[in-house]
Amino acid sequence: MVAHVETGHAPRNRFIAFASRWLLTTNHKEIGTLYLCLSFGLFFIAGAMAMMMRIELFEPGIQVIDPLIYNQVLTLHGLVMVFGAVMPAFVGLANWMIPLMIGAPDMALPRLNNFSFWILPFAFLILLSSLFMEGGAPNFGWTFYAPLSTTYGPPSTDFFILGVHLMGISSILGAINIIVTIVNLRAPGMTYMKMPLFVWTWFITAFLLIMVMPVLAGCVTMMLTDRHFGTSFFEAAGGGDPVMFQHIFWFFGHPEVYIMILPGFGIASQIIPTFARKKLFGYHSMVYATAAIAFLSFIVWGHHMFTTGMPLFAELFFMYATMLIAVPTGVKVFNWVATMWRGSMTFETPMLFAIGFVMMFTIGGFSGLMLALVPADVQYHDTYFVVAHFHYVLYPGAIFGTMAAVYYWLPKWCGNMYDERLGKIHFWTATFAVNLTFFPMHFTGLAGMPRRIPDYSMQFADFNMVSSVGSWLLGLTQVLFLYIVIKTVRGGEKATDEVWEGAEGLEWTVPSPAPLHTFDTPPVIGDGDHR
Amino acid sequence: MNRPPRRRQTLLLGVLAVGMFGFAFALVPLYDIFCEITGLNGKTSNQAALLEEVQSTSAAETNRLVTINLLGQVARGLPWEFQPVETELVVRPGELTVTTYHARNRGTKTVVAQAVPSVSPGRAAKHLKKIECFCFEAQELAPGAAIDMPVRFLVDSELPPEIIALTLSYTMFPLPDAEAGQILSRNEGNQ
Repeated sequence: MVAHVETGHAPRNRFIAFASRWLLTTNHKEIGTLYLCLSFGLFFIAGAMAMMMRIELFEPGIQVIDPLIYNQVLTLHGLVMVFGAVMPAFVGLANWMIPLMIGAPDMALPRLNNFSFWILPFAFLILLSSLFMEGGAPNFGWTFYAPLSTTYGPPSTDFFILGVHLMGISSILGAINIIVTIVNLRAPGMTYMKMPLFVWTWFITAFLLIMVMPVLAGCVTMMLTDRHFGTSFFEAAGGGDPVMFQHIFWFFGHPEVYIMILPGFGIASQIIPTFARKKLFGYHSMVYATAAIAFLSFIVWGHHMFTTGMPLFAELFFMYATMLIAVPTGVKVFNWVATMWRGSMTFETPMLFAIGFVMMFTIGGFSGLMLALVPADVQYHDTYFVVAHFHYVLYPGAIFGTMAAVYYWLPKWCGNMYDERLGKIHFWTATFAVNLTFFPMHFTGLAGMPRRIPDYSMQFADFNMVSSVGSWLLGLTQVLFLYIVIKTVRGGEKATDEVWEGAEGLEWTVPSPAPLHTFDTPPVIGDGDHR
Repeated sequence: MNRPPRRRQTLLLGVLAVGMFGFAFALVPLYDIFCEITGLNGKTSNQAALLEEVQSTSAAETNRLVTINLLGQVARGLPWEFQPVETELVVRPGELTVTTYHARNRGTKTVVAQAVPSVSPGRAAKHLKKIECFCFEAQELAPGAAIDMPVRFLVDSELPPEIIALTLSYTMFPLPDAEAGQILSRNEGNQ
């Protein structure tokens, strides 16, 4: 909703109008834009923290950053990337695209939508403000294991707890909104099995969010009461158990990693058919595979804890359950490849990012399989091999997925085509830099370099230097991405309504740029139309 | 557009979220029960076992020996000495054994502390039956005071045959003053 204020003091009132437009908006497209802008900003903040760490890790020894500061930067890098960059970016895409893809006029609960977004900036303000507090920011890693975060946590840990609560509330409300929208507002004729896969993957992700974000909230609440109210959930002295912290955390944490990748699967499943000019291969199996991955994500948390002294039976159970996830994931990768098989492929930037996603996410998947093996994991645990693994699934996975989505839908959002030449430069430099940064970490990890430590012994020096140079290039490519997005929003060649030859879906039937209000009268989907 | 189903669904999903918040707390007792039944994390029962009962179900074996390593640790912030008098015992399953831990308060204040036991490997925990243990009660020591505390236990003959050695470890934790007062008065009530 746009607030119009007409008086003589133009500049000031223009500011009020601007502020109240964005503060009070209940429009799904505007809220989607807000989510995307916030996550882009936080992506750069957390990225700057990564750059700081790579400066320190350029050479062995302590040169630039005090180890205590290093721990804080490391913790906030993880927290802000997970909760601030990846998750809000996907929620932003969901806000923009789900109503357009299912033919709905808006989200089902628009005011709740506004509320869930506007909690977030405050959550991150609270979290990031801890950097300037006495005793420093949280310094226990994004997994905040007790007793590091309870007995030994800095005073600012309480701000961290409040921040996590707010992020959790925002995510839960956003997820409720997405489910209610998908259940109620599909256009007539759009059955569940006709929904685009991005909508399907988000539908399942939203259930994951509702199931596990409250568990995270419970976990930080127990931390809070342990710290201040005399309880002993995680304190052995009072009959508690610090290992229980890890069970509760990873019960949240493992579904969380699928929350950060399932929407990416959906994005790849939208983009690859468009540029292969074929229907998606195996639509039904894609839906079932997503559901299977979501289900399995609840019973594999123990694979993060193989070295805590689990009994053999539990280790075997978690090992086999984890390896089972490779089956539905393999189905997905097979279907993407089969969609491209004998397609009339063209390689515009979104397609490049989607193919890069499939290839490099699979590398991360394979290192995940290696980590699932108990005897191997005992050696890999807490080394750079783990860092290499999860950065391969998150950077070329979740983040390349988001970038593919931005290139794919940006012309629909702002009506202008992006600069294809710059987009391709962005993709190729980012791909080169991602591999230069994270591939050597496999080797240092296998050789035994521990993670989360600012110093390392001499034999790791060369690979770390390569990683650092790669990371700075990677940081630069994202500045190029920012430039491309701003340039596209400000002008450029006008996009057609369909934008991409061969693109299917309701979002391409509305004008470019998409007007503020679309599908006031729902479109009708016939029996013959399929996705 | 029909409002009621939308409102009902929102409410249901909200209830699900609240329920999952409760589930996180339900995990705590579940975890404890699970560990107690399976003895997974080396927690031994904090109830004294009855000697007659244990001996009736567990015949003494003559041809099997199990090594018991004893450890004693002091938690952060407790100025106590605390160690086993013997660090290694060789016992027969089913045979009653008595050993002693020694504690001395080197601090300047009277402190109440409680020992928390742990058995490794965890699977052995439920086969270690304690007839009498200082860990069942809180211990109070004045500055400079020392105490010798007995543990009477037996390893039952159902201990899996592949376990030839196990470690019994105690960590002595200081109790907060308020809690200490309650526990001491409860202990006195029991006696």
